[in-house]
Amino acid sequence: MEMNRQSLQRTLTVRIDRGAGPNNYATYSVPWRENQTVLDVVTEVQRTLEPALAYRFACRVGVCGSCAMTVNGKPRWTCRTHVSQVQEDGVIVIEPLRNMPRIKDLVVDMSEFFQKWKKAGNTFVGTATRNDPPANVSPQSSKRKKADAAIECINCGVCYASCDVVSWDKEYLGPAALNRAWTLFNDERHVDTKDVLRKATSGSGCNSCHSQGSCMKHCPVSLSPTGSIAGLKKSALMLFLKGG
Amino acid sequence: MEQRLFALQRLSAMVMAPFVLVHLAVILYAIRGGLTAAEVLGRTQGNPWWITFYSLFVISVGIHVPIGMRNILIEWGRFERRTATVICMLFALVLLAMGLRAVMAVGGRWS
Repeated sequence: MEMNRQSLQRTLTVRIDRGAGPNNYATYSVPWRENQTVLDVVTEVQRTLEPALAYRFACRVGVCGSCAMTVNGKPRWTCRTHVSQVQEDGVIVIEPLRNMPRIKDLVVDMSEFFQKWKKAGNTFVGTATRNDPPANVSPQSSKRKKADAAIECINCGVCYASCDVVSWDKEYLGPAALNRAWTLFNDERHVDTKDVLRKATSGSGCNSCHSQGSCMKHCPVSLSPTGSIAGLKKSALMLFLKGG
Repeated sequence: MEQRLFALQRLSAMVMAPFVLVHLAVILYAIRGGLTAAEVLGRTQGNPWWITFYSLFVISVGIHVPIGMRNILIEWGRFERRTATVICMLFALVLLAMGLRAVMAVGGRWS
């Protein structure tokens, strides 16, 4: 009976880009279960078939943003992607995120991604001291609404991997960093919002965006970095025309 | 500099959009009955409207096109920013020289 059930169980073919040599895809077969995320599959491969497989994850429930990978050509959180959503004829192809150098297997080096956050001007500098009362920012104010719409980013890097401009121009700050700059620009407690625009527009900044919208399409929390970047562009242009 | 170029490219585009429409409309209107080169030149030469229109048109093109070319060189040609800037400055000069020379040739000879 047990034998029979096993032989009836479907198997899923998993091709993983391991980045060594020209034939860098390793193929594994794992049980194809009723409920299974892509992260479950990677974990199963690592625990039962390939102990040396490197990948990154932490929370497993879509909070931390660590487990982003390229699944069947698209950047996604593997913990929030069910196999049934993405498998094609019983096959899934898993690759590391695009636009970031690979460390090993499915793990990429995100240091440049985070350096660009700094370069785009991500650091909040307040004007109040600890003796001042907390700032009273109205949830109805237009700036607060704009900041709210973009604030939920958890730095997973999916937008950065999906962006063609990043793949063309290695200096381009990318959607996540510029999205953060937009929230800071709209933070009325921030000391120098003009400086945010200056940083966001210098070099390959917000003005390099082609508004293709890949970041918006792939963002796992449905943010619109494209919209944030458009806001930065517009604000920077108005400031420039006013002579700022 | 990036912000200035961005603004210049948008502003020159705003100038060029009606120019392109007028340019096309005039061509369609003017050649309905067929015109010889001499007839064309007879209308353009010494015509201050024509000369002003196309001089501004050429200048807008000379600003707009090299800025876009620069972005293409940086993004698709993987050029260094500075190299792309120099190449496009030269390209701007070539465009302006050729364009203004054409304006002088077709609109010149005040008589």
